Amino acid sequence: MNKEVLVIGGGIAGIQACLDLADQGMTVYLVERLPSIGGKMAQLDKTFPTNDCSICIMGPKLFEVERHPNTQLLTYTEVEEVSGEAGNFTVKVRKKPRYVEEDKCTACGLCADKCPVAVPDQFNMGMSTRKAIYKYFPQGIPSVYTIDDSACRIFKGKKCNICAKICEAKAVNYEQKETVFELNVGAIIVATGFEVFDPSDIKPYGYRTIPDVITAMEFERLLNASGPTGGHLERPSSLKIKAEIRQLEKQIKKAKTRLKSLEKKSEESGDETRKALEEMNERLPVLQAKGASLEELRDIAFVQCVGSRDLRYNAHCCSYGCMHSVKEAVVATEHGSELQSTIFLTDMRAYGKGFHQYCLRGASEYGIQFVRGRVAEIGVGDDGRPAVWCEDMDTRKVEERPFDLVVLATACVPSKGIENLSSMIGFDLDENGFVKTDPNKPANTSVKGIFVCGCAEGPMDIPSSVSMASAAASMAVQTVKAL
Amino acid sequence: METELRTGVFICHCGINISGVLDIEDLCEYARTLPGVVTVQANLFTCAETGTSEIKAAVKEHDLNRVVVAACTPRTHEPIFRASCQEAGINPYFFEMVNIREHCSWVHRHDKEGAQAKARDLIRMGVAKALFLEPLETFRSKVEPKALVIGAGIAGMTSALAIANQGFEVILLEKEVEMGGLLRHLHKVAPSDMTAAELIGEKIAAIEKDKRIQCFTSAALEEVTGYVGNYAVRFSCGDESYSDKVGVIIVATGGASLKPVDLYNYDGEHVITQSELEIKLKDGNIGAKSIVMVQCVGARIPERNYCSRICCMVGIKNSLHIKEIVKDAKIFVLFRDIQAYGVENEALFFKAKEAGVRFIRYSLESPPVVEDGKVKIYHAGMGKEISLPADLVVLSTPIVAHDDAESISRILKVPIDEHKFFLEAHAKLSPLDFATSGIYLCGNAHYPATVREATYQALGAASRASIVLSHDTVERVGTVAAVKEELCSSCFACVKVCPYQVPHMNERGKAEIEPMQCQGCGICVAECPAEAIKFAYVSDEQITAACEALYAA
Repeated sequence: MNKEVLVIGGGIAGIQACLDLADQGMTVYLVERLPSIGGKMAQLDKTFPTNDCSICIMGPKLFEVERHPNTQLLTYTEVEEVSGEAGNFTVKVRKKPRYVEEDKCTACGLCADKCPVAVPDQFNMGMSTRKAIYKYFPQGIPSVYTIDDSACRIFKGKKCNICAKICEAKAVNYEQKETVFELNVGAIIVATGFEVFDPSDIKPYGYRTIPDVITAMEFERLLNASGPTGGHLERPSSLKIKAEIRQLEKQIKKAKTRLKSLEKKSEESGDETRKALEEMNERLPVLQAKGASLEELRDIAFVQCVGSRDLRYNAHCCSYGCMHSVKEAVVATEHGSELQSTIFLTDMRAYGKGFHQYCLRGASEYGIQFVRGRVAEIGVGDDGRPAVWCEDMDTRKVEERPFDLVVLATACVPSKGIENLSSMIGFDLDENGFVKTDPNKPANTSVKGIFVCGCAEGPMDIPSSVSMASAAASMAVQTVKAL
Repeated sequence: METELRTGVFICHCGINISGVLDIEDLCEYARTLPGVVTVQANLFTCAETGTSEIKAAVKEHDLNRVVVAACTPRTHEPIFRASCQEAGINPYFFEMVNIREHCSWVHRHDKEGAQAKARDLIRMGVAKALFLEPLETFRSKVEPKALVIGAGIAGMTSALAIANQGFEVILLEKEVEMGGLLRHLHKVAPSDMTAAELIGEKIAAIEKDKRIQCFTSAALEEVTGYVGNYAVRFSCGDESYSDKVGVIIVATGGASLKPVDLYNYDGEHVITQSELEIKLKDGNIGAKSIVMVQCVGARIPERNYCSRICCMVGIKNSLHIKEIVKDAKIFVLFRDIQAYGVENEALFFKAKEAGVRFIRYSLESPPVVEDGKVKIYHAGMGKEISLPADLVVLSTPIVAHDDAESISRILKVPIDEHKFFLEAHAKLSPLDFATSGIYLCGNAHYPATVREATYQALGAASRASIVLSHDTVERVGTVAAVKEELCSSCFACVKVCPYQVPHMNERGKAEIEPMQCQGCGICVAECPAEAIKFAYVSDEQITAACEALYAA
């Protein structure tokens, strides 16, 4: 009989389960596949209905997991094999190489500063770049850097080793190998969370084809201080123009230098370069004017039930989408008080404590407009802005309304790895792909000794995930104590 | 021996939460001019590992003996910085936190100049106070390995069984004559379709069999004193009075279904509540073919502006159960928003639609009108008022707090909200804890919940409670009040004013405060006419120093 417990997944559910167990004196392994714990909650800007800054309330918990004497944090690690039974599971895990020694790295960040390779930043939903050596997010735990071997020059056979040279702690180790080892535990808690539905499947919504149609999670990062805009509310098309302007300015500078050197040499004519420069100088103010016109954000549409409550995609309700959008509308208005937010909804599901009042306040204090009706299509309006087509169920009018930005409240779908985990461990999934439980024993999976909490079980908000995490912890303790 | 006071000030950008409004560089420059300050550093996130490492490094490098962090709220972050101080080798109470986020950059973001000036003031005050900080110790006290669970509905019973299964004794109190709570009156529970009687029957049998659980029905909680790990409780059961000691308390007092007096011609016969319908369903006799359900009766209205979370699903579940008994029943559900959140609920909603239950939306501005044998409703889709035949009208009323919620909250000294639901410590991350340590909550006492939700909350509350129970002792911090006996005039002011009944007169006739019991509220300190009570960490010298610093500028 083994009194140790494994928690799979380091989002808020896994973290809470881990802390409850550790605080009860159990030894806990917390396995997380990403370089840092934190999960989806760490990516959120604020939380409803209190508008608490998400990472600010979560940060202390991340810290506690790392500092707790009874926890062993295994990040960048995946579960490969599970055998045995309640009270005695053997779990094979694989820890990927970070190519940075966790115990040596001081997270000073010099390496990332000097690293020449930039790739899309997954934590910022691809809307900014990070370096090939990176920290997953500023408050990430463990606070160490990781080399992304799919991006790093060294692993492409090119010369570099800048990070190894600059690291004062001598933490960079390109030779680091993955390690595979076994854990022996009495119970397992599955807290693998969820994925955000990819709305590019819904062609009429124009996601990824119309520039200013984004997902609610992308909008979280646009609102956030450590996001791609540093918390300055901007639409993607404005960011794109700004990047183009920067690029053009660089090219103009280059052309000017070239022209000067040509003039000095006076051997060959600089006509071509001069012509190109003139052309660029003409283009610049046009771009700048366009950029300036996109700078200010006047109105945002929030489209509910994207891929949810829709038999073509997911029959279920994501259960937090309504409140998520109201919160984003409230926070957006706090960024720019002149902003008008409109929420297109099916049912307003504000069923939690303080939620209904939050919506009322959203309408009265923040001027949020609620339109009842499912959006049929998002097109491009005459002015080039995204245009929402919707029948207002109250007025029975079909209208096309253009907005500066359209935010899609996307469905909550099962995490990609859950199927693999379910066949590995043998627990059942429901018809939607979430972990199946007994309604009267809500943390129990179909396998004895294996428990579940948070969105792995089905869509739920943060307090429900936290409560259920504690429930799973109680069940795990009861299981190992009964043996 | 006086040692030189060496203060380090750490100023947090908090991403742009603070630096977006305040000029951090200016604050750093300013802090360097303050008395006792030997180093000032700015951090992007002082709370991140890099920030705390910088604190620890600075303590060593500059031989600091006072640390001031100007950042966010001590409510969430003080423990982190105290731990950093401790790890750096100085007493964790030689630490002072200044809140320049909530108190400056957030509230005064439209007045940057004012915010900057206020941040300077707060930092100056914090530094001045830090010079008078004193080292504090922590106390340990024994834990009584026993729990008190108040309420034996599904939540309370589940919690009691979980705690017993984790190896601890439980006292379970139920004010009614039998266990089971609201479920005693219900037909079947969704989505398992198990009868409520079977579900609570299983739990009751398990509780009666479990020697670790002592259950008292017809019981009433009378008095609770003490503190986490060591609560003295007194309750009655019939005519008998009982006293016991417990380490933790779980509030699972449930809720009641609102009686729709004066609403929609409620008469308990042709116009009934969902609870009354459940009794008909149990009997298997509906006595009606045309049924209209009205949702949000007395809920989401100005005087009760919350959604009761479960009533939509109760209506949907019961409409399906009616269909089982009366196959050709015509059922209309008049709703404002259908709260079929998640996977199971949405599936059940869909099933009801497939079974022919019709759903019509209404708005608060044009509610349905119940008349004899019919219900009139404005149909937005058709753009006109329609009349629905109704042999039976079923009103879905919200779960409301029990009448005794207020008295329980007073006995336990825990808060309730405006709707008299018990108020958790933090809406997001501590949904099952009260701010008072050692007391937890679950089920309808917190907010309306389905059986599934109440069950996992109950298990969760058991887990939270077991954290205390699984240790022999509990640690309490030293931020408490203490009497300077030589100054005490034995006036009893502190004894009278303490909401926790902690101060008492000792054998010398002087007031005494047991540090383990003191909750650190400070009321006695303010009340004492002789200024004989000192509050560690908020002493008169410290406050005076801070105030002098405020007005010195």
